[in-house]
Amino acid sequence: MNATVAMITTRGLLGRRRIWLLVPLPLLLIGLALIARATGAEPADWGEGIIGGLGFTAVLPVIALIVGTGVLGSEIDDGTITHILSKPLPRSEIIFTKLGVATGVTALFAGVPLFIVGLIAGDAAVAFALVVGAVVGSLAYCSLFVLLSVVTRRPVLVGLAYVVLWEGVLGNILTGTQKLSVQQYVQAIVDALAPSDLLHGNVAVPLSCVMAGVFTVASTAYAVQRLRTLSVAGETG
Amino acid sequence: MSTVDLQHVSRWYGNVVAVNDVTMTLGPGVTGLLGPNGAGKTTLLHMMSGFLAPSRGTLTVDGAPTWRNPDVYRSLGLVSERESVHGFLTGKEFVLASAKLFRLANPEEAARRALALVEMEPAQDRRIETYSKGMRQRIRVAAALVHEPSVLLLDEPFNGMDPRQRFHMMDLLHKMGDDGRTVLFSSHILEEVEQVSGTVQVMVSGRLAASGEFRTIRRLMTNRPHVFTIRSSDDRRLAVALMAQDSVAGVDIDATGLQVRASDYGTFTRALPRIALKEGVRVRRLLPADESLESVFSYLVGAR
Repeated sequence: MNATVAMITTRGLLGRRRIWLLVPLPLLLIGLALIARATGAEPADWGEGIIGGLGFTAVLPVIALIVGTGVLGSEIDDGTITHILSKPLPRSEIIFTKLGVATGVTALFAGVPLFIVGLIAGDAAVAFALVVGAVVGSLAYCSLFVLLSVVTRRPVLVGLAYVVLWEGVLGNILTGTQKLSVQQYVQAIVDALAPSDLLHGNVAVPLSCVMAGVFTVASTAYAVQRLRTLSVAGETG
Repeated sequence: MSTVDLQHVSRWYGNVVAVNDVTMTLGPGVTGLLGPNGAGKTTLLHMMSGFLAPSRGTLTVDGAPTWRNPDVYRSLGLVSERESVHGFLTGKEFVLASAKLFRLANPEEAARRALALVEMEPAQDRRIETYSKGMRQRIRVAAALVHEPSVLLLDEPFNGMDPRQRFHMMDLLHKMGDDGRTVLFSSHILEEVEQVSGTVQVMVSGRLAASGEFRTIRRLMTNRPHVFTIRSSDDRRLAVALMAQDSVAGVDIDATGLQVRASDYGTFTRALPRIALKEGVRVRRLLPADESLESVFSYLVGAR
């Protein structure tokens, strides 16, 4: 981690207008949970839909997508990355710092509302498990989206395709793809930490832990490799 | 003292050759890299900066390759063509961040010195997004100089600068050159580099077309043929007088005025006021023909 890179990255991320897109999703999550409770429904009835269906299917991956591509993709896009690349810094240090900032911000924006929703459901153990799930998910998703930022010029589009098509559509039709889905790992881990009627895991817990780790390490290692050979193209000859 | 060495460096994108077999050695002092837009200057500078791999050939700074070698930035300062900066930082924060990223022993002092060098202290606490183009350029130069590199590469540093800023920047570059640093800047505007005293490398269509003392190239530049359009109080009288000049190759008269083909830009522009005065003709308008830079450069190449 490099403090200066972290400072520039954080200020760049929170200073962009795009960051305000992050605010409605957590509010929606908490709002729906409050409405559900106000109508007198049992948490077991709405937990799966709001926590699994909205929280882990939409809120966490979308926040991770905006933040994960924002920490590096935007800088590559507007060319400011050259100021960081033209310094004698190991490329791994740059990637680790970017990933660290992205994971922290994502975990904050997704973890806090999930924790509150867990409390609304009346189960503190679940609330803490949801925070752990949010942190694990933030790390895995952000490593993927940081990698996409150095691999493609359209990281948001490719990332969205992964979240919507692979995890969302295919994950519901073909159970096989669930074994390659961050969302499923997170749900399995939360379910294992605090078994409840709120959320059910579809993938074995040891597999989830290992795969989440493999996902993160492999993506990060490849991202470092790609940053070493990132060509900065000129606008004119 | 540092040397940038290029041996048969080429770079192509698919079928397009951007840089074609360039060999040059840059030593201490100021060197201008001139050429029209699209000549391959930026591609060449990107390769020198380690942002792009040469397709063929070797490119080293003091013997070390620049590609995939971040350590080379300890002795390399870069000012890229794209003026993208982290606009949310103040000028001082930006330069200080650079100093810290270079892991300098005393980043505050280094930043203060660099800001003084480019005369940016009065605006150092404003956010960069509020800066004018020339100020942005200077703050980027300060960030590139903060670690006192032995090699400084600048892509189109005079873009968007007014004449006073340009003069100051050129002065700064020369001071750095006199200190024994290797300074290379690119430009596509010949007139921009008038005060340069060092050597010049001219690139045209990816190739190194001419290189040498600036004075020699400069003479070729001012002696180039040129077409002028003139309106005066008595076009015909002026035409007769002009035809007597050695520096005039031909004159056409039509409804829009005189078209003068001068064989020597410098001599003609000095002679015209004298002739007009002598003949009692009032020159109302003198327009140099819209001459493309490409034609100037190809003239230089042909005259080598």
